[in-house]
Amino acid sequence: MARKLLLTHIDVPGIHTFEVYRQKGGYRAVEKALKTMSPDDVVEEVKKSGLRGRGGAGFPTGMKWSFLAKPEGVPRYLVCNGDESEPGTFKDRFLMTHIPHALLEGMIVSSYALGAKTSYIYVRGEMMPQIRILEKAIEEAKVAGFLGKNILGTGYDLEIYVQPGGGAYICGEETALLESLEGKRGNPRIKPPFPAIAGLYGCPTVVNNVESIAATVPIINDGGEEYAKIGIERSTGTKLISAGGNLVRPGVYEIELGLPVEEFIYSDEYCGGIANGKRLKAVVAGGSSVPILPTNLILKTINGNNRLMTYESLADGGFQTGTSMGSGGFIAFDEDQCIVRNTWNFTRFYHHESCGQCSPCREGTGWMEKVLHKIEMGHGDLSDIELLWDIQRRIEGNTICPLGDAAAWPVAAAIRHFRDEFEWHINHPQDALTHNFGLAHYADPLTPIVS
Amino acid sequence: MAEEVKLKVTIDGISVEVAPGTTILNAARQIGGDIVPPAMCYYSKLEGSGGKCRTCLVKVSKGSEKDPRPMPKLVASCRTTVMDGMEVENITSPDVVDARKAVVEMLLINHPLDCPVCDQAGECKLQDLGFEHGSAQTRYEFERRTFERIDIGDKIQLHMNRCILCYRCVFVADQITDKRTHGIIGRGDHAEISTYIQNVVENDFSGNVIDVCPVGALTDKTFRFKNRVWFTKPVDAHRDCPTCSGKVTLWYKGKDAIRVTARKDEFGEVEEFICNTCRFDKKETSDWKLEEPTPISDQSVISSNHYTHFNPPAVIENNPVLQEQNLEQLARTEKLK
Ligand SMILES: Cc1cc2nc3c(=O)[nH]c(=O)nc-3n(C[C@H](O)[C@H](O)[C@H](O)COP(=O)(O)O)c2cc1C
Ligand code: SF4
Ligand code: SF4
Ligand code: FES
Repeated sequence: MARKLLLTHIDVPGIHTFEVYRQKGGYRAVEKALKTMSPDDVVEEVKKSGLRGRGGAGFPTGMKWSFLAKPEGVPRYLVCNGDESEPGTFKDRFLMTHIPHALLEGMIVSSYALGAKTSYIYVRGEMMPQIRILEKAIEEAKVAGFLGKNILGTGYDLEIYVQPGGGAYICGEETALLESLEGKRGNPRIKPPFPAIAGLYGCPTVVNNVESIAATVPIINDGGEEYAKIGIERSTGTKLISAGGNLVRPGVYEIELGLPVEEFIYSDEYCGGIANGKRLKAVVAGGSSVPILPTNLILKTINGNNRLMTYESLADGGFQTGTSMGSGGFIAFDEDQCIVRNTWNFTRFYHHESCGQCSPCREGTGWMEKVLHKIEMGHGDLSDIELLWDIQRRIEGNTICPLGDAAAWPVAAAIRHFRDEFEWHINHPQDALTHNFGLAHYADPLTPIVS
Repeated sequence: MAEEVKLKVTIDGISVEVAPGTTILNAARQIGGDIVPPAMCYYSKLEGSGGKCRTCLVKVSKGSEKDPRPMPKLVASCRTTVMDGMEVENITSPDVVDARKAVVEMLLINHPLDCPVCDQAGECKLQDLGFEHGSAQTRYEFERRTFERIDIGDKIQLHMNRCILCYRCVFVADQITDKRTHGIIGRGDHAEISTYIQNVVENDFSGNVIDVCPVGALTDKTFRFKNRVWFTKPVDAHRDCPTCSGKVTLWYKGKDAIRVTARKDEFGEVEEFICNTCRFDKKETSDWKLEEPTPISDQSVISSNHYTHFNPPAVIENNPVLQEQNLEQLARTEKLK
């Protein structure tokens, strides 16, 4: 059995309560940090751990913390990003639902390290159950003296608030999140300045993912060096993966980084293979925004090495033949799945969720969606593939925030690796629609959509 | 006195020294001419504007003297400040020209080319941009979004069809008007400029949203279709106004002032915002002290058919060879004098 750090006690009944969590050794990290370490010591341990942000970009957490400006007399904030709206990703809400105190403990340790006296957990507005759970956990921790004034008699004060989010994917982007937290429209800010200099209410702010924050608990308990021994290369520690799609056992798994992708998919400890005895066709390894890879490339890198669940190995080959760890949303597609339909579906999402500030993202996502819909509905033309390629190319890198890239990459990768499927759709519109892709019931296939 | 710090930046091979904190766009504006990137959403008088439309993207081929590495992506020149020794490519970079072409194509998806009927014709930045960077044909074949026109108040009309969501009017509403009632609703390409339900835009400075709108989405109902802008003659004028500076441009048709706007600089950005009384209620010449004809760039269609004085382009004055070649044009210009 692989080692677990975050989900060790996930099966213990009542682990969501303060009492049981504490019995199982919870809040030791708070005691250790606040009573025996300086804030800088905590930052140092996190640096040593090599922990990389679990929200998508994989930026080293300790380094991010060390960028935080510390002007006199100005408050600093820690904001936990619990928005989790990336299609395919559902690990943070799992953690918040089942072991909310793991997040709170991490919040206290991290806030202490950053010198924050007020911290926020921003949770997507639709996740009301999780919001309630966290609010209850905060109350429990407060009663037990782990939150509020003079925590454990150390003189450190901290308040944590749960803030329901605006219910938009873009509110997960850290600067849009801060705007939303300030009560404004969730539009990303133009960087610089970065939140570490001017974040919430213009004050220095760190925004971290739920899992990143929770991971500081084992780092403080066991030391950064111990944490860094798990995993390989620059991918240290464990990672929550939310596995979905056509798997025998979809779910949230904690893996040690460095696990071969093949083992993750096929071993009984994890996903147990592809459902219904089907073959694997493709995988989106890190949430809908990362490039999709066909079976051969997700199991092996272009050099024939085993593809591993690490930041480096997944990215091996760049976007030409690799992908990205992203937020850990692992979606497997079996041989019956339609890549064109899936790409359309993802694009539909990005079109719907674009905040609309930048012209290429605002207009380009909608355009891509319509072209993909047209191909999917049997009205495509071969030139549409070039058109799609061109549109995504002109969105990528030209926008304020990475949502533009997130919309462009799935389209680029689908064309790169599954061009023949696009061509097949275009050349055999009727067949494509009756090829048991589960589409026949969806809409009248040849309804004209071009006006 | 301490020496003023100046940073050197080179844009398309032309260098200029600027104060720290200057953006690439404003550095380029100091040089002037063709190397000035277009700007649809940046507006010097509106704090926080810019960065959105992406028309001003440029390539930074050298970051600075200290760190000469190029920037990995194109950057929005209106929001990127210069570093000493920075080298920027604007129209000399095929990537920039391509990106700009893409932006034009995207902007024109939901902006109709109904210039012949649009009231902004002749004063539309998107028209200029489309002319310089657009393609003759669009590759977009789907239905475009359409809207009914809305009167937001008795003086301003909104035609969302033409809005390019540059946010300028929202910044105006935010920064210079009282009791803000207008903003953006919805997301992405379903976003709209709107007022709170059934509300109107009425406060002393609301008329300024018209001046900042780069396209024909917000227009002056007191002027709409009274005339084409190139048939009017703009004259600078002022009055003693208790609310604003009272410095305006009057747009004359014959003896009648048919429109009042704020005065604009060479980039089409107003010099000072004006109040609604000056804009909408003072249309008699007797209300104003006239100054002189408003200087209009001879590149602008507004300048057609009226010159303040004979002023042939510099290239004709200084270059005997070109002058020789341009004799015919010179003769024509003389005739129009
Ligand atoms: C469109 C968009 C949506 C995002 N959504 C989330 C999210 O739901 N949760 C999250 O942790 N990070 C999200 N991110 C990444 C955040 O901007 C930010 O990088 C992250 O919260 C930093 O935390 P980390 O350093 O711990 O990974 C999103 C980014 C983009 C561009
Ligand atoms: S890239 Fe898209 S989501 Fe991001 S700021 Fe621009 S329009 Fe908004
Ligand atoms: S109405 Fe005009 S000024 Fe306002 S956002 Fe639209 S284009 Fe810009
Ligand atoms: S003018 Fe710079 S992005 Fe719009």
